[in-house]
Amino acid sequence: MLSDQDRIFTNLYGLHSPGLEEARKRGAWDGTKFLLEMGRDWIIDEMKASGLRGRGGAGFPTGLKWSFMPKKSDGRPHYLVVNADESEPGTCKDREIMRHDPHLLIEGCMLASFSMAAHACYIYIRGEYVAEKHALQKAVDEAYAARLVGKDNVHGYPFDIYVHHGAGAYICGEETALLESLEGKKGMPRLKPPFPANMGLYGCPTTVNNVESIAVAGTILRRGGAWFAGLGGKNNTGTKLFCVSGHVNKPCNVEEELGITFRELIDKHCGGMRGGWDNLLCSIPGGSSVPLVPAEQIIDAKMDFDTLKNLGSGLGTAAVIVLDRSTDIVSAIARIAYFYKHESCGQCTPCREGTGWMWRVMLRMAEGRAQRREIDMLLDVTKQIEGHTICALGDAAAWPIQGLIRHFRPEIEKRIDRYSANPHSDPVRIAAE
Amino acid sequence: MANRRLAPASEQPASFAFSPENAEWAKGQIEKYPEGRQASAVIPLLWKAQEQNGGWLPQKAIEAVAAELGMPHIRVLEVATFYTMFALEPVGRFWIQLCGTVPCDSCGARELKGYLQERLGAPGHVSADGNFSWLEVECLGACCNAPMAQINQDYYEDLTPELLGKLMDDLAAGRPVKIGSQVGRTSSEPMGGADTLSDETLFDGSRVGAWRKRFEDQAAKSDDAVGKSEAVSSEQRAASDPKPAKPDSGRAVEEPPTDAPAQLNASGETPVKPGDKADAADPKESTAQPNKPAPSAPETIAEAEAAGAEAGTQSDLPRDEPPPQPVASGASADESSPKPTEPKTPSANAKEI
Repeated sequence: MLSDQDRIFTNLYGLHSPGLEEARKRGAWDGTKFLLEMGRDWIIDEMKASGLRGRGGAGFPTGLKWSFMPKKSDGRPHYLVVNADESEPGTCKDREIMRHDPHLLIEGCMLASFSMAAHACYIYIRGEYVAEKHALQKAVDEAYAARLVGKDNVHGYPFDIYVHHGAGAYICGEETALLESLEGKKGMPRLKPPFPANMGLYGCPTTVNNVESIAVAGTILRRGGAWFAGLGGKNNTGTKLFCVSGHVNKPCNVEEELGITFRELIDKHCGGMRGGWDNLLCSIPGGSSVPLVPAEQIIDAKMDFDTLKNLGSGLGTAAVIVLDRSTDIVSAIARIAYFYKHESCGQCTPCREGTGWMWRVMLRMAEGRAQRREIDMLLDVTKQIEGHTICALGDAAAWPIQGLIRHFRPEIEKRIDRYSANPHSDPVRIAAE
Repeated sequence: MANRRLAPASEQPASFAFSPENAEWAKGQIEKYPEGRQASAVIPLLWKAQEQNGGWLPQKAIEAVAAELGMPHIRVLEVATFYTMFALEPVGRFWIQLCGTVPCDSCGARELKGYLQERLGAPGHVSADGNFSWLEVECLGACCNAPMAQINQDYYEDLTPELLGKLMDDLAAGRPVKIGSQVGRTSSEPMGGADTLSDETLFDGSRVGAWRKRFEDQAAKSDDAVGKSEAVSSEQRAASDPKPAKPDSGRAVEEPPTDAPAQLNASGETPVKPGDKADAADPKESTAQPNKPAPSAPETIAEAEAAGAEAGTQSDLPRDEPPPQPVASGASADESSPKPTEPKTPSANAKEI
């Protein structure tokens, strides 16, 4: 188990005050000026050395991302945009950072902005997080009052930070959709290239980072990239907030080392599996958009990017949804399919039409009111959606269904057989809708 | 995609204007964004309009926001219908948004849904007393505290049908309610308290500044051997990160040609001068002479070679062919000379490997 001394989010559960004074005692804003004076390249090198991979789902190396920003401004301002539109089902970690440890985030924004020559930062917070918005705004006001940020601050680097509030759209968690939304438009993703590092917010170089990736920066720079790299495994370094939900005895958020096994995570922090380990059916280890992993594969798997990728799934945001044998797994995936149908922005046809189509077929399969050959047809349709859309929402909608068919095809077939074996008034549908 | 429309005309108020304090607040919001980017404030302003109008967004408010920001009406309407938190129809005094996505769904959101259905009827309708309306929404991001619902702006977590019923009774009666977990958790810690984050030194300030030792040690070390360490480190860097000996392989810069006929025409220059054209038309000047005798003797080596190749006479080895293998002695002979008795086919090789 990770030692308390190595935890970054020491006020994760809000047992202490999130205010500036207490946050300083916990180590926020400690020697920020010293870190800034080490210089831009040092900060980026140290972040690269830490091996930190983006905590928003894709796992792209954060230091590398920062280094993509133009070294010299061509006259356009640079921006840092923090993605606090935490909407991936199962994920509830950024919320805790924003309401309980907001000063780590604000300090991280300052350090990251400095390393990218940005003088303004927008934090885009999801619409539903009203209390979190107020908590974060309060912390920003405190930082302004203490002249930690602002045009004329004690660090000598002019820097403004703004909290921007969204209005409830999952798609705005996609970085270019987020930028569109921030510009006051519908949140529809942009084609890339041009990448945000060249043409982002208002057509200016922009980097979009997840809340957790930014909030850990201060501590990494203080304690050194080598310290962070020493935790976890190769290529999967550091600590990570895990959000464990579903059928465990005590669902919770917890900060742990990457590479902790699934079993240890649940046993140590979540009071064990509901009904014992034999009761585990499967887990969705990275938020609803990654394919599920059945019990026998996940139970002793390491929770890190590469191991889960090799299991045909992904770490995503480390939102571990645990499902036990009481779960109607086909209905659960149908519910996920509904989620993507609801959240598709409607821009690309495969996703707009396909998500609704997949949901309707999944609903029938949950009942068994389908043909066996429709399983392969459904799989085929998911492959046609995957990779044929501007953003990854099409992929995210396809993967859970692919995971279900990969691991639970007998379950679907059993339902179809049971349905068709029973006398009922409505005929089995001949073709998909 | 959700199909969202404005409320019917019968429900729309006749006018909408921001109250003076909200108008002032709106100015503050617009100032957050760079000059000319006031459209960025459209979502905050719509929020405020919704709040002022009792939780839903009428058409007049959308028009008012468009006028305030100098945006076309349709752009604001697009935004209002795209984002699902803008309620386009009247809602109850307490607007219940029940999370129904998988983590909540697997922890009992269906029972809550059944309860609401039973108590309030179909989603989207305001109850007879005007107190409640409800809707199943997608993940609200409090999954460790599932199942949960958002009532107006606040989260109520760890619900059961009984707890939700009591909560609704309390809200309707105006009694104080506890926001957040309804079963006594502070936030998302494990039920009954966490085993982690119990070390007092994390909170008493004793760790502040401890990290500086690393930099002091480094500074001391580098003072000892400045020149030496620099040389060593650059040598190490060269070994581990060799710079490629070619320029960055970026996309080639394509510049439009400046001397192509089209460009020359455009700049007023004629590609072929009229005089040259007339010369070219003169048959006497033509270089194509079918009766011209073949050259008698090659004048250069290159011509001799070309002539030789045409005639099929090959006086020498082709230049690109490697010299014949010497009949070598020793170990290399075994490897290079083929053994007819034991032919090594690629498949045999593969099997051995």
